[in-house]
Amino acid sequence: MNIWENIRNALGAIGSNKMRSGLTMLGIIIGVASVVLMVAIGQGTQKSVTSQLESLGTNLLTISPGKASQSNVRFSGGSTSTLPSDDVDAIKKYVTGLSGIEPESSSRQQLIYGSQNTSTSVVGTTTDYPSVRNVTVEYGSFFTEKNLTNADKVVVLGSDTASTLFIDDPSPLGKNIHIGNQIFTVIGILESKGSSGMSNRDEIAIIPLTTMQRRITGSDTLSSISVSVANEDDITYQQQVITAVLMNAHGITDADDQDFSVLSQADAVETLNEVTGTFTLLLGGIAAISLVVGGIGVMNIMLVSVTERTREIGIRKAIGAKKRDILLQFLVESTVLSVMGGVIGILISVLGSWIIKTYFSLDATVATYSVILAFAFSVGVGIFFGLLPAWQAAKLRPIEALRYE
Amino acid sequence: MIHLTDIIKSYPLGKEKLVILKGISLTIEPGEFVAIMGPSGSGKSTLMNIIGLLDTPSGGSYLLEGKEVGNLNENDQAEIRSRRIGFVFQSFNLLPRMDALRQVMQPLLYQGWARPKAETKARESLHIVGLSERISHNPNELSGGQQQRVAIARAISTDPAIILADEPTGALDTQTGHEVMDILTNLSKQGKTIVMVTHEPRVATFAHRTINIQDGLIHSEEHK
Repeated sequence: MNIWENIRNALGAIGSNKMRSGLTMLGIIIGVASVVLMVAIGQGTQKSVTSQLESLGTNLLTISPGKASQSNVRFSGGSTSTLPSDDVDAIKKYVTGLSGIEPESSSRQQLIYGSQNTSTSVVGTTTDYPSVRNVTVEYGSFFTEKNLTNADKVVVLGSDTASTLFIDDPSPLGKNIHIGNQIFTVIGILESKGSSGMSNRDEIAIIPLTTMQRRITGSDTLSSISVSVANEDDITYQQQVITAVLMNAHGITDADDQDFSVLSQADAVETLNEVTGTFTLLLGGIAAISLVVGGIGVMNIMLVSVTERTREIGIRKAIGAKKRDILLQFLVESTVLSVMGGVIGILISVLGSWIIKTYFSLDATVATYSVILAFAFSVGVGIFFGLLPAWQAAKLRPIEALRYE
Repeated sequence: MIHLTDIIKSYPLGKEKLVILKGISLTIEPGEFVAIMGPSGSGKSTLMNIIGLLDTPSGGSYLLEGKEVGNLNENDQAEIRSRRIGFVFQSFNLLPRMDALRQVMQPLLYQGWARPKAETKARESLHIVGLSERISHNPNELSGGQQQRVAIARAISTDPAIILADEPTGALDTQTGHEVMDILTNLSKQGKTIVMVTHEPRVATFAHRTINIQDGLIHSEEHK
């Protein structure tokens, strides 16, 4: 009997007990759908994190206080800052080929306007901020060098912060707001950068660095220095140069004692990819367990089916079926069950990813490799878990099978 | 055609051995129509199963068409069953959820026939048993007599040399039983070798020769 006849018979047997076949398939459907969907979600997260980081600029180096350990990147420094304002001068003096250098001192402050108030990250910085950070001022203007020298109390608001504070005031420009216990004049509003999973870059208030250091923090340390490199290809080289310059400035000779870290976006992307990769693996792994459980369900039903159809097996053997034919019959049946389950599972995961994309704005695209893998796995499950029942059916002695009631 | 010498069949029963066939020697010529009779428990069905290669003898020799087949492995047995033997059972033993045409095609498909050829051949077989109008009916939509005729069509579809019928009329009323016997008689006239187990003397009269079995041994034989 050729394989097509076997598949026809299998479809007939599956169709004759739709309820049971459906429930058996359900295990595989859930398994395959969750594997594919979980991998899609994991990759979607990875993609969105990566694209957000890349939108910050690939020519950007971020210098943060605190030591970066060997492989794990440290994203925030300790409580004691080790990045003095002098470092900016050192970099400006010794490093060439930079298109911008932007020191930052940030602290979370309460912003008050009228009856509205919000807690926002207040960033003290220089006039290089818009170019280095790749942001534009939508209304009004950024502060000037003169503001910086005079330590003027002017503020540029992020779009979300502005809309929170000025919820019932259509023209924030020129208005005075409280930051901490100081009064600042709003001179500009930034264009929206869009929210990201990690932090909302539209929730920000930008003031001159000098104002920040003199009037708010009262210290000349920085929370970070961002440097944009003129030629993107130089980024690794510049990373090394800046590291050397700062080590010298801090009087450090041993790289292990470094009290700052210089990171490119690529480093951050790499680290995050590692994290999200593990995350994807974890999700996929948990889902794979459900696929195995589904496979055991198939085996269970096939074993029951063999017992139920003992007499049928006897008849088939009497009319000329060989061991191989019976083995193949049941193997094909369990495989067809799993394959149908796999296909339905894949369709469901495609639908699911579409729903996630549409309603949760996460780019959970179904990865081709995960579809192929899940499909192959479900075929494998069908064959593997079908083997035992099929073998039990094949080895039945015809006379015993015929006598079975 | 069939040559049995000292066939013994025993089953282990606890420490004892239950001997069903105690040494049966029997020769059936090509084209013969033989009825095997005997009370229940006499071993007639066991003998039938051995002749049909559904069971293997514990001892003795079984030559089928001049070839020793008593101790073949399962696959070789299946091969001979598939090509040389057709079965008709008391309880019809049709496959569930399958129409008459496909029932009859199954043995051909197991032999590796292509579907269109098998279908033509199955239609011919169903025509021989007079069931051309019922080819798309499932077993549960057919009467007992019709089911048995499907079973006969299935048995003859592969053009076997031997037809083994185990109580073919046992589950049928007299009228339909008679119709089934007519079909078997016709097949016999066309040269098929038929071995039939029955306990009804009236049914046995259709055969050329009747062999009576009692207690695992041939008790008597009568020729028509």
